[in-house]
Amino acid sequence: MIPALFVFAYLIAVLYIGIFAFRRKSGEHPAEDYFLANRSLGNFVFLMSLFGTNMTAFAILGSSGHAFSNGIVTYGLMASSSALVVPLSLFLIGTRVWALGKRFGFMTPVQLFRDRWECSHIGTVITVVQTALLLPYIIIGVMGGGTTLYAISGGRVPFWLGGAVVALVVMSYVFFGGMRGTAWVNTFQTTLFLIFGAIALAVIGAGMGGFGKAMNELLASPTTSSLLTREKISPLFFFSYTFIPLSSINFPHMIIFCLTAERVQHFKKTVILYPVCMLAIWLPAVFLGVTANRATEVPAIQAKLEARQTLATQSATLSPEQKNQLRAKSAGDDVLLRLLEAYAPLWLAGLLGAGIMAAVMASDSQILALSTMFTEDIFAFYEGKERFGEKAQVLVGRLFVVGLTLIAYFIALKFPQPIFDLAVSYAFSGYSALMPLMVAALFWKRSTKWGALASTLWAAGAVIAVAVFQSVVATPKVILSIGGWEVLARTPGGTSVFGLLPVVPMTIVSAILMIVVSLMTAKPSEKAVSRYFAQ
Amino acid sequence: MKQFLLTLAVAALYILHQDFWFWREARPLVLGFLPIGLFYHLIYTLAVVALMWLLVKFAWPSHLETESAASNSPSGGSQ
Repeated sequence: MIPALFVFAYLIAVLYIGIFAFRRKSGEHPAEDYFLANRSLGNFVFLMSLFGTNMTAFAILGSSGHAFSNGIVTYGLMASSSALVVPLSLFLIGTRVWALGKRFGFMTPVQLFRDRWECSHIGTVITVVQTALLLPYIIIGVMGGGTTLYAISGGRVPFWLGGAVVALVVMSYVFFGGMRGTAWVNTFQTTLFLIFGAIALAVIGAGMGGFGKAMNELLASPTTSSLLTREKISPLFFFSYTFIPLSSINFPHMIIFCLTAERVQHFKKTVILYPVCMLAIWLPAVFLGVTANRATEVPAIQAKLEARQTLATQSATLSPEQKNQLRAKSAGDDVLLRLLEAYAPLWLAGLLGAGIMAAVMASDSQILALSTMFTEDIFAFYEGKERFGEKAQVLVGRLFVVGLTLIAYFIALKFPQPIFDLAVSYAFSGYSALMPLMVAALFWKRSTKWGALASTLWAAGAVIAVAVFQSVVATPKVILSIGGWEVLARTPGGTSVFGLLPVVPMTIVSAILMIVVSLMTAKPSEKAVSRYFAQ
Repeated sequence: MKQFLLTLAVAALYILHQDFWFWREARPLVLGFLPIGLFYHLIYTLAVVALMWLLVKFAWPSHLETESAASNSPSGGSQ
């Protein structure tokens, strides 16, 4: 219970920082102040909060859990590809969006799209799709909170209560502190996690008798040696994962965060240091996830390994329900916490648990982003601001934060799906498929609102199709193959199209639709184009 | 030319991410504990840092700061 007390102390500190520590009197633009911190974030806060906002429960718990089951491939799949694609997107897209936001006063990506393509209701469609895709991301935060507090307290704080506590804390500081509170909390959390990640690695390593010993033991065993290679994953699958980080810059909370920088110069350090932060957080998480396979003296981890073994050896005789139960039992989302529990002294486990909590609680900026989108793209756009004023707009935004958090919490209780699957299947792939919208808006004069609509509807339809496919078709099953080549298959990890993740065809078709439909429809007006491109 | 070389460097790093040559290899364990496949991606991440530094140094869109200062009709924002 002592570690849980550390975590509760940490939550109180977060509440204080988010609500009181950097509070300022609202200026003449309360909406811009609440939703964008008055576009005034400095170098350090911009880097740490932007990085923190992109780190979720998925990044730390999901990655170590994925590494526990799949091995070192997790780092290459998710971290090193993101280390290239995310800063590159910030460099090419983030800086341009920042400049347009500063110039035209945009607060959301849809405002940019509406202005760029002179559209109104199509913008509303994009808002709805973005909102639907972001919701799973927020649910991950609540689930991560529940999982973490449950594990840290040794099961004394049930999942529903842990999730409720985290949701309440996040909701409170987003409600009161807005973007400024959220940015400072993210900065605090990222700093904390960067420090404690290194400590966790050292302490667990020492507790296990050194990583060299653990690695050699893993290599010696035929059941675990493959975890130190990438043979469990095909190169095509590995390649297709490089499309997932395209989603990052298209997440509304990321693009809205780009608007908070005081100067474009603040992107410089962020672009350079982003991969360093990726390395500092993901390498320990993945490494510890892999080495957890040697922690057989930890009963909870041993139970996972036994469930995995049963699944591997008796799969043919098991019913689908038994297989699902074993998969859930062998899932490794909590291995990092189990390692801390077993190898770190109580007080240190508490501190480290607080550090993990820091990474888990990244749903704040997503909640704020949806609130910003609702108040700007819906409420203000449909004249709510004109009728009720800017203060009422901020109030609506705050009430939206409360409503959204409650919805996310109740959904989190209903769907106990592994964090990683949920994130990748829905939100990430969908946002990657929306990449052509942002690229076309910023770099292609000839793009039209109809092209944007086609891409958006395709992204939404494809995400729904994948979700339905995965819930209807039992795994593993080849649905369509031509000449011995699998075209469409249901795999234990999800769906495979030509051996690739669905995100690849989703993004490519989305780009084709943007190009073809734009070329088939009327050119945008000269006036609109001239606002964005030098003649 | 500078832009071409930087684009080439980005493309090269994207391709280098697909290190199929270490696919089924765990050994050597670098520093006694890091499987070679993981070590490769550690070095890869550091190479990305170097590339980002080069992009910032030689291809920074500094015109954006001045452009953003130029006021235009505020049809965006809270429309």
